[in-house]
Amino acid sequence: MTSFKSFGRLALTGAALAMALPALAEDSPDPIKLTLHDWTGQLITTNIMGEVLKAAGNNVEYVQADYLAQFAGLETGDLDVAMEMWETTGREAMDAAIATGNVENFGPTGMKAKEEWWYPLYMKDKCPGLPDWHALLEPACAEAFSTAETAPKGRYLGGPVTWGGFDDERVEALDLPFEVIHAGTDAALFAELESAYQRQAPIMLWIYAPHWAPAKYEGEWVEFPTYSPECYNDPSVGVNPDMAYDCGKPFGEIWKVGWVGVKDKWPGAYAAIKAFHIENDEMGKMITEVDLEGKTVEEVTAEWMAANETRWKAWIGQ
Amino acid sequence: MASLSPATQAPAPKFRQVSVVLWIAALGLFWLFWKHGAGLAPWAFDYPRAWTVPVARWISQAMKWLLNDATFGLFTFEQATRFIAAVIEVPYQVALSLLSTGFLEGQGSTATQILPPLSWLAVIAVFALIGHRAGGVRLAALVVGCLGFVAVFGQWTSAMVTLASILVAVPLGVVGGLLLGIAAYRWLWVERVLRPILDLMQTIPVFAYLVPVLILFGFGPTAAIVATLIYAMPPMTRITLLALRRVPSELHDLGQMVGCTRRQLTWKVLVPSARDPLMVGVNQVIMLSLNMVIIASMIGAGGLGFDVLAALRKLDFGAGLEAGFAIVALALVLDQLSQAFARKSWGQPVQGSWAHRHPYLLAALATVALAALLGLVVPAVQSYPKTLEISTGTFWSNVVKWINVNYFDTLEAIKNALLLNLLIPFKRFLLSLPWAGVVALLAFAGWRLGGWRLAVLTAFLALFIAATGQWEKAMTTVYLCGISTMIAMLIGVPVGIAAAEKAGLWRWVQVVIDTLQTLPSFVYLMPAVMLFRVGDFTAMIAVVAFAVAPAIRYTALGLRGVDPRLIEAGRAMGCTRSQMLTRIKLRLALPEILLGLNQTVMFALSMLVITALVGTRDLGQEVYIALTKADPGRGLVAGLAVACIAIIADRMLHAGARNARARLGLAEVQE
Repeated sequence: MTSFKSFGRLALTGAALAMALPALAEDSPDPIKLTLHDWTGQLITTNIMGEVLKAAGNNVEYVQADYLAQFAGLETGDLDVAMEMWETTGREAMDAAIATGNVENFGPTGMKAKEEWWYPLYMKDKCPGLPDWHALLEPACAEAFSTAETAPKGRYLGGPVTWGGFDDERVEALDLPFEVIHAGTDAALFAELESAYQRQAPIMLWIYAPHWAPAKYEGEWVEFPTYSPECYNDPSVGVNPDMAYDCGKPFGEIWKVGWVGVKDKWPGAYAAIKAFHIENDEMGKMITEVDLEGKTVEEVTAEWMAANETRWKAWIGQ
Repeated sequence: MASLSPATQAPAPKFRQVSVVLWIAALGLFWLFWKHGAGLAPWAFDYPRAWTVPVARWISQAMKWLLNDATFGLFTFEQATRFIAAVIEVPYQVALSLLSTGFLEGQGSTATQILPPLSWLAVIAVFALIGHRAGGVRLAALVVGCLGFVAVFGQWTSAMVTLASILVAVPLGVVGGLLLGIAAYRWLWVERVLRPILDLMQTIPVFAYLVPVLILFGFGPTAAIVATLIYAMPPMTRITLLALRRVPSELHDLGQMVGCTRRQLTWKVLVPSARDPLMVGVNQVIMLSLNMVIIASMIGAGGLGFDVLAALRKLDFGAGLEAGFAIVALALVLDQLSQAFARKSWGQPVQGSWAHRHPYLLAALATVALAALLGLVVPAVQSYPKTLEISTGTFWSNVVKWINVNYFDTLEAIKNALLLNLLIPFKRFLLSLPWAGVVALLAFAGWRLGGWRLAVLTAFLALFIAATGQWEKAMTTVYLCGISTMIAMLIGVPVGIAAAEKAGLWRWVQVVIDTLQTLPSFVYLMPAVMLFRVGDFTAMIAVVAFAVAPAIRYTALGLRGVDPRLIEAGRAMGCTRSQMLTRIKLRLALPEILLGLNQTVMFALSMLVITALVGTRDLGQEVYIALTKADPGRGLVAGLAVACIAIIADRMLHAGARNARARLGLAEVQE
């Protein structure tokens, strides 16, 4: 993860801007800056993309950046590519950035963000009707998920407020006897899960995939009525005729986004990034290898590269 | 804050009685309004939406204008900030190349190394030499121990990235702060303009100006350095001003008599004679810069801060703790070195050849060269061998697990008792107060403590919070910080008293509070979440852990600074130990303890952004949301509201401390 920086970068930035103007068929020799965030899946995705681009002869630089703060850099071309922008958590920031005309959506990664209410398997003893959401309507079941502050209602630990998710609305629309508590960060979310799991204590919380948690902890997602856009927008659709959000959460694409100038500056790399495609299961396996089996991101990336040579060679047109 | 009971030996009893009557009347009026005013004036309880001033939108628009249209004629505003960023980038690249990446030819993955970075042994040796020069063998040993710890726990690479940005930020902060301080000393108008700006720089949460900084200075380590400078420079400016004012006037006169020019007077007379307090400023800049490591890593600075964040996302507490303590070790090294330089009295310059005059420089150069040559042959000299690294592994995670499994129920019971009986009632109470009444009461308190100017200031600042539609969040903030401050004082004052009585204990307490101040709170925040769940209680623990340091420090300093003659007098009059403490020492140390309270409040407020990460719903959360939505206006307005709370508390406590001093007949301290 060392970021390589050169010495005379100042002079080169100016030159690079000048070179970016004519649509050359050749890729610029300047480094393409890919952003690294602080979760393993994204590190793997970015490393695979980076290695593929290197194999195609591109110059690649990894830069550490915050998931949302990075848009300030993508808009100005200080950063070039962000490999994972989740529909479910980053949509608003992404739309705002694309609206400026300086950021472009490079298409889906192929992975889908799954997010839903989740509980550890041992809770099924106390609430046998699960995973069907109707089970949560039972007062006894809700109470099994309660704490001193929320009793007799159940406690549902939602994601940070910034993630959205409409859980408060969902609770109201489906008339669930639950109280929504928002965690501040996802680290806090999983700290609570780890704590409860160690004690085999009750917990109901927001879990997303691809992530190491569903691999590490045994549990299930609650099955709410299937999501449809109408359910979110039209009150009359769904279980509750008077309210919207009376269904589960959508599956979201995970997008690749980047600076709008990438297309002209590195046309070859641009095509490769657009072609990048990977599936949930594949990624889930790699995340588990890193987070739970102690391999490094670089090792896992190298293994993937060796096993899928024909696939990534097609992305770079070889 | 009931502990601020007024001293009994008031100079003018009549005046005090009037004061007490006025206070009772004001509080009575406030209570009546609170209980019965809701029907009469509902607008005073819920600030009407229609009256809200859209400051957030104005700021966002101003930012857009700055970015797109602002121009100085020859170049635009954005070009100017980008130029500054490029200038800062140069020394940073040099430091980074030297310590971490080596000097490279080319860019990105095609770069080739021309020169390797300094070997880890060379870095340790150079620091040890500096330590030896400044503080002898003991300091050299401490430096080697700390840096050795960093290397042994496998944090070397990240630590050098962090060190590179610190080595750039600190000199810039020191020089910038010094120049601003001198300017404020010379020209009164500069000081007038600077004072409120410094207040804002110190009290607005960093997250609030992170987005504007990113937009203006570009993404990456330089923006992180700029943000660090904004945060770490103000104490240097303040201390410079204070130190220059304290230079004896005789020296000033002497300088003029021997015919110094104004420049000579400043640089040859004033600055050198104020060196000791100035070094305290340097020390503050170092500490605050290291405080920023985590936040800087979120905007591309990388290094140890990034390791802490990444480890905690995996719930790998051991790794988080190791990276966290590496930050503490760096802080310790830099702090001790700068303090040793501050204390050292420099002898006469040695005569002789260049090598004679600079033995340390020569030794350092020789070590670096030798290590570089050896490193070409023996890789272990160049970079610390992986096989010799140690790690606590899963030990700390297991400790947390053990506590969790065995004591969770006990902890939960304690938490619930505190929550239900103290925290929640206090929160409800604050939230039920009418904003108009609170503004009036604050103005009254300002008037009583510091005259009409303070009254106008507090009323204006409180009104700003209400007018920007943030009253409820501000009250939640006051509640969380208020409770935390109270608990921090309840812990800190007794510990401070105990530490002041026993010199041996004080040394250990100092180590603990220095660690608490530099260890990133993230490191203990996530284990706290496991044991106490997300919410206000966990946030409170984090705030108390951070804010207890000044409470202890100022109490101990105040007690130790009590005039020994007064203690002697007390002893002669036959005071018992407890009488000595309560009647003499604590009373005389009250102004310092009040300043400690002031600092505790400031520290508590500065933790707001961190508490937002465990799900509180206060101004910190607002700032955090604005950051994630890249909305500069919203973030800055919430940040300004935090600053308002901080400034109100600061001014009131300062006025209170001044009154206490006057009452006790102590010398006025220049602030």
